Amino acid sequence: MSFATAGKYLRPAQVRVGLVLLALMLLFTFLGPLFAPHQPNGIIGTPYAEPGGGLAFGADTVGRDVLSRVLWGGYQLVWMSVLAALLGVVVGAGIGLLAAFRGGILETLLMRLMDVLLAFPGVLLALLFVSMLGPSKPLLVLLVAVGHLPGVARVTRGAVFPVLEREHVSWARAVGLPARTILARELLPNVMSPVLVEFGVRLMWSVGTIASLSYLGYGIQPPTADWGEMISSNRSALGIQSLAVLAPIACVALFTIGGNLVSEGVSRVIARSEGRA
Amino acid sequence: MVANAEPIIESRPVPRVLRWLGMRVLFGVLTLFLVSVLIFLATEALPGDVARIVLGTNATPEKLAAVRVQLGLDQTLVAQYWHWLRGVLTGDLGTSLINHYPVGELLAGRLLNSLVLGVFALVLILPLSLLTGMLAARLRDRFYDKTLLGSSMIANALPDFVIGTVLAALFGTTLFHVLPPVALIPPGDLPWWHPADLVLPIAAMVIMGVAYLSRLVRVAFIDVLQSEYIQQAVLNGLSMRRILFRHALPNALGPITPAASLVAAYSLAGLIVVENVFSYPGIGTALVDAVGNHDLPIVQAIVLFMAAAFYVLNTLADVLANRTRRRR
Amino acid sequence: MLEVRDLTVGLSGGGAEIVRGVSLEVRAGEIMGVVGESGSGKSTMALALLGYARRGTRVTGGSVLIEDTELLSLTVRGLRAARRELVAYVPQDPGAALNPAIRIGNQLAEIGDRAGAGELLESVGLPGSREFLRRRPGELSGGQQQRVAIAMAVAARPRLIVLDEPTTGLDVSTQRRVLELVRDLCHGSAMAGVYISHDLAVVGNLADRVTVLYAGRIVETGTVGAVIGAPAHPYSRALLGSVPSTRERRELVPIPGRAPQPGEQSAGCRFTPRCAHAIAECGTREPALTLAAPGHAARCLRIGERLGRTETLVLPAKETTEGADAVLTVSGLNAHYGARQVLFDVSFALPRGNCLAVVGESGSGKTTMARCLIGLHDRQDGELSFAGARLPASAGARGREMQRRIQYIFQNSHGALNPRHPVGDSIALALRHFFGLRGKQAADRVRGALERVELPERFAQRYPAELSGGQRQRVAIARALACDPTVLICDEVTSALDVSVQASVVELLRSLCEDGLSLLFVTHDLGVVRSIADSVVVLNRGRIVEHGRTDSILGTPEHDYTRALLADTPELFTAPEPGSVPG
Repeated sequence: MSFATAGKYLRPAQVRVGLVLLALMLLFTFLGPLFAPHQPNGIIGTPYAEPGGGLAFGADTVGRDVLSRVLWGGYQLVWMSVLAALLGVVVGAGIGLLAAFRGGILETLLMRLMDVLLAFPGVLLALLFVSMLGPSKPLLVLLVAVGHLPGVARVTRGAVFPVLEREHVSWARAVGLPARTILARELLPNVMSPVLVEFGVRLMWSVGTIASLSYLGYGIQPPTADWGEMISSNRSALGIQSLAVLAPIACVALFTIGGNLVSEGVSRVIARSEGRA
Repeated sequence: MVANAEPIIESRPVPRVLRWLGMRVLFGVLTLFLVSVLIFLATEALPGDVARIVLGTNATPEKLAAVRVQLGLDQTLVAQYWHWLRGVLTGDLGTSLINHYPVGELLAGRLLNSLVLGVFALVLILPLSLLTGMLAARLRDRFYDKTLLGSSMIANALPDFVIGTVLAALFGTTLFHVLPPVALIPPGDLPWWHPADLVLPIAAMVIMGVAYLSRLVRVAFIDVLQSEYIQQAVLNGLSMRRILFRHALPNALGPITPAASLVAAYSLAGLIVVENVFSYPGIGTALVDAVGNHDLPIVQAIVLFMAAAFYVLNTLADVLANRTRRRR
Repeated sequence: MLEVRDLTVGLSGGGAEIVRGVSLEVRAGEIMGVVGESGSGKSTMALALLGYARRGTRVTGGSVLIEDTELLSLTVRGLRAARRELVAYVPQDPGAALNPAIRIGNQLAEIGDRAGAGELLESVGLPGSREFLRRRPGELSGGQQQRVAIAMAVAARPRLIVLDEPTTGLDVSTQRRVLELVRDLCHGSAMAGVYISHDLAVVGNLADRVTVLYAGRIVETGTVGAVIGAPAHPYSRALLGSVPSTRERRELVPIPGRAPQPGEQSAGCRFTPRCAHAIAECGTREPALTLAAPGHAARCLRIGERLGRTETLVLPAKETTEGADAVLTVSGLNAHYGARQVLFDVSFALPRGNCLAVVGESGSGKTTMARCLIGLHDRQDGELSFAGARLPASAGARGREMQRRIQYIFQNSHGALNPRHPVGDSIALALRHFFGLRGKQAADRVRGALERVELPERFAQRYPAELSGGQRQRVAIARALACDPTVLICDEVTSALDVSVQASVVELLRSLCEDGLSLLFVTHDLGVVRSIADSVVVLNRGRIVEHGRTDSILGTPEHDYTRALLADTPELFTAPEPGSVPG
């Protein structure tokens, strides 16, 4: 992709705002722990202590510093989500590309396999395996990634089909270019845009799924500071110590909204340029 | 330019459609079979002693043996699976490992509660999305459209539980105290006996569903409104109302219908989280409890039911989308 | 009847103007032809005649007067009524402009009265039966759809009918019937017609008067006889020089350069950079429309001078090469598309260094045949041979040498090159694949190939989207040439191009053929065939109906199908009897 085409995606204000938001939230999650005034698990105040007196955001259900837990509570979620999205998109796109290009038995086989996985939406697959294996982090990443596979494979396969019909691919087949060259040079660059958008969507989806699992109690385990878990365990105290719930909610929201702005803006640019082509 | 593609004359081959449908059903059955195998493998064919995981480390040997017999862990994997599958097919879902009630009996009331929640939500989502999306397409780029796009984008970005928690906070606890933040529906009661308890869970699902579907409706309408036949209708001097409802709507429904059944499918997944946010006694809460208790038969039954329902709705979306594409 | 004054349409943002100061007059019962190439603003102008501007554009000035109604100052409600009773529009692609979800009877009833719908359909030569009225647009053929669109347009008996390229995409026989219908409607009633087209031959045969549009501006207007017989503007002259004829083997003279985009500023005449007769003043001052003769005006500074008309050269028929050995032979070729057989026992031979045209209408199987030859259509049986050796049906089974020596140029230049790579890389890929060339050696060969198709070296770094259709087609030819082929198969390579650009591609192919390349030229356009081909194969519904030398097939056709095809093709270079339609 040339710089000109990359610049095209940056043109909508939506994308730029989203990128700034996303960058700020990434800085916040990874540098946050350095600025935490207290240990995330240290009990340093009375339960539900209101903000003030050394605790800027007050204390949570057991008297831990809310600010420190918010600062610590993002990076596990974020790296797990990035990893799950990366794994899901790379493998899923590979499956979709191969299925569309090869066709025949291989396509049927791969896509039926995807159908089986498609039957397990979002948290269902994770809950199923976690019920017996317990919520370990690598397992969660793997399960969320596997959950992405069918959607990504379908999107990629759908994007490859019109490209396969194009004349430059016909030409490549007619002159006998090796399959590897056709896949890497003729097909992949032409489906890169939807795959990148898919990565953005899947990243946000990973955040949502892992946070939801933590909220349900089967994600990142206490006492590790985590936004989803904080929302869950403090919500009964919403009336007394609202910051303990609202601060992590704001963090999750800003992060996913930033990501959504970017992927949505980019996909609009793609739709528009395809409409014109 | 000359249309040079060889015209493909499609004589209506009814038997081919039937064959295609037959294949679809066959693949469906095969897929559901594989889904059941996956569920079985995920729960009973794991490294380690399943009985010990279920009962915990300090279980007595007698109890361990009893669970092994109940789950058929002493048999071969294939025999275990057939035993389980035969039970599922004959309506015998086994008994709970925790309170030893038959699973079917335990879940029947819960299932009804969930269905009521899901159906009520869908009944609201579909017309609301159609209305808001259509209006946004008509008022494209105006204030209303931008507001809808902005707010639905935010709602889409938020994880399900955040929307639920915020709603509970606003209307249940901190601000207004008008609605119960927790849905207390005693077992045996029918859910609509407690309408106030239903409001917030339904509202959460409706917000998520409408945020998603209204955008698709909007895009489908904009696509149709940009088509040449709508331009031609304008050039023919037809009224805007006639153009919207008579000319645009039937064509927009094509792409909207599969999207709607996809929304139905995802509402099912949202159900798990929303029920837990409001402690609503449905199968979503039952599943999460059972996962915590390692209550295998219940986990298997609920996951199998949800996966089957999700698969059917997804397939429906596929079939409808295919039909739309064929008509063009 | 219709009086347009200084009509101007611009982009909503301001600045760029698509249609600039157009003035037209059309009388009742008269057909005004508006001719322009792509980007001339002709469609935008057509829509503006109904007081309509596409999203993103705006009518910024002028007036459109139909009878006594000023269309541009009407209220929304008034405009709605005017679009039924005063002016109607017939679209280019009726397949897209008729609502696919509504039965045609109901669509007609929305404009006229329901009771008259059947009669209306009969007046445009369609069955008016209830069964037909209950059909949806998807159940009609292209020609039928266009007739329905015309019926809808005249349903409310408007005073003016605007037709925007209504026969593009139709076969010549269907086109002839639609043109006849249009003429009968306008000349038979007191309806005025504005007929927009890129096709000079169609307009020359249908219209009473012609207006030539270039870059949103009228450059010439007058009677058909005057504009085509004695064009006064250099652009009109150049355009006529690029039009092929079915009657003689013409050398086609392309117009150099490309048309300006809307918004490109220029103080002078927009045609200056491409004009062979431009003087210094042309670049600084844009002249007004000036009378060249009574009723014939052009916008040229040098209108009074006698500029040499671009001479079109009639080429002699090529020396007979009957004895030449066949480089490609097809015998007994049958091909299927799904369950349907599209080619039946097709046999012919392409002599070395010759150009053989395969002519057929849509559905004749000509594209399938071309794809069989290149090895992209597996469902074929029959004997193909290339340079004496058997040619396998599938490209994958052909071996490197045959894959290299048979090259293919596609109709759609847009898809022929990978949009994600600079076009030089696409050519270099072929060089690496066939000759193992890389780096400097490859770059030199890329430059050579681009030079051969008359493109500057710097084009190698451009992406396909940055090139015009004609330039992309040249790059595709350059890529084929880089493979050093023996046979070039061209599938409708010029049908998506403007006629002035088509001329340059045809001339390029002709020169390649003269250099010894064997060409198989698949097309529907008999004029192009006459210009380039040595011999012709006529294909009808998958069967060869006639095969022979170009002069004899197009001069004295023997088969009824060929005769009909020839008769239906509009021809520009004859003195048309007043108001006659070919055929």
